[in-house]
Amino acid sequence: MTQTKDHIVKSYQQDLKRLHDLVTEMGGMVERQVALACNAILQRDRADATRAMEADAKVDAREHEIEQFVIQLLALRQPVAGDLRHIVASLKATGDLERIGDYAANVAKRSLVLEQFNMRYAATGLAHMAGLVQDNLKRIIDAISADDAEKAMQVWRSDEAIDEIYNALFRELVTYMMEDPRNITPCTHLLFIAKNLERIGDHATNIAETVYYAVTGIPLTEARPKGDLSAFAVIKPQGN
Amino acid sequence: MTDSSTTIAAANQGIASPTLQTRPETAASIAKIAIRNLDFFYGNNRALKAIDLDFPERQVTGLIGPSGCGKSTLLRCLNRMYDLYPGQRATGEAMMDGQNIIAPDVDLNALRSRIGMVFQKPTPFPMTIYDNIAFGVKLHEKLSKTQMDERVEWSLSRAALWDEAKDRLNSPAGGLSGGQQQRLCIARSIAVRPEVILFDEPTSALDPISTLKVEELIDELKRDFTIAIVTHNMQQAARCADRVAFFYLGEMVEVGTAAQMFTAPREVRTQQYITGRFS
Repeated sequence: MTQTKDHIVKSYQQDLKRLHDLVTEMGGMVERQVALACNAILQRDRADATRAMEADAKVDAREHEIEQFVIQLLALRQPVAGDLRHIVASLKATGDLERIGDYAANVAKRSLVLEQFNMRYAATGLAHMAGLVQDNLKRIIDAISADDAEKAMQVWRSDEAIDEIYNALFRELVTYMMEDPRNITPCTHLLFIAKNLERIGDHATNIAETVYYAVTGIPLTEARPKGDLSAFAVIKPQGN
Repeated sequence: MTDSSTTIAAANQGIASPTLQTRPETAASIAKIAIRNLDFFYGNNRALKAIDLDFPERQVTGLIGPSGCGKSTLLRCLNRMYDLYPGQRATGEAMMDGQNIIAPDVDLNALRSRIGMVFQKPTPFPMTIYDNIAFGVKLHEKLSKTQMDERVEWSLSRAALWDEAKDRLNSPAGGLSGGQQQRLCIARSIAVRPEVILFDEPTSALDPISTLKVEELIDELKRDFTIAIVTHNMQQAARCADRVAFFYLGEMVEVGTAAQMFTAPREVRTQQYITGRFS
């Protein structure tokens, strides 16, 4: 249930707006950080890699700021109902955004390592995956900004496609490693990069659940489509 | 060797799209009082409109809503306080153990011994602490001195006042602090061993510590009594009540568990009132 009216106490209303703005802004920060990391890996852009890694400190500081503010609001305003749900949701979403920032920094770091290898990896799959992840991230931040449960639900549903690409990439990279042991180091880094992107997608769906509950008051309890099957994948060398 | 694409497809089969789940009500125990289609009139003014509400046995039901919404009026219906005033009448049903307590032929003295009430301001009688308790008991029961002593101790103990009052039972009740006086009033209402206790803003005149003592007491008392509490303090309703009903302009807008009402109320009016967005 969205808040249709302002709170009688203006300073409380302002606090709620400030919290909302802080979280939305943090979403923007993380979105840029992920874009830089993706650019670092796909365009082999060292400068963007450095910027993505440096952005992490600011994201962490913002998480800390929001956490302190939420504790203060809970103690001083004793929120209930929609206010309570939104305040707790802010705290949860902030935790997810911070993790997304960590994954982005890790992707950027690995892009620098990859530069040392001459392996010509197929960027198509990775580029496609990065595109979908960034799209989901953008949409979930829009959903936070607009208190849009419907949009959150769309993100929640569309994580599956990311998982499918991840599974395909997993198989592709393992095949390269089997072809030539010299590929093992770069492919392992690529595998971690793909996994990091996949985890970013998962955190976006966590935020989707959080936003949906904050807005509607109804928890999304049904099992989300889980598409990451790489944990079960067995790829045997040909001829066996 | 597994074929990952078919495995994924298989894994995705049978995943239904998420649906709006309905919130389960807590398993309500048997209704001690079941109100159906209750209307109340102050002269021509219809103060309660077609109220349907259960007060589950041995649970605390909290009634919240802005001033004039009808919540205190509802309490006054339950022990027939309104009979004292001409021009006030109730229609509909308030069934307690198969008897409609708003029917004209109800024995009011018997009813009020079954349904006790505690008011906003402590109202000790100008007598000793002991006599405050014994007074009401004598109206309904003939007890020996020993039995009466036991009853006084029992009542004061249940009201968490025994330790503070046992050495001054023959002192005037007016010498107790406000919080102690309110607990004395609670002891007095439970002394006649009612089945239901109605609290009308019982802590609005008390300091925070006395308030918490009364809230703790309510929590203890619900083991034996069915309790209804009217309060303007929503945090108090959240802390004390198992179920909470929200009243507005003589209507009961919504009833649910305290947890549901304060995390995810169903009605927009409830949401606006409890979050402070009411005009």
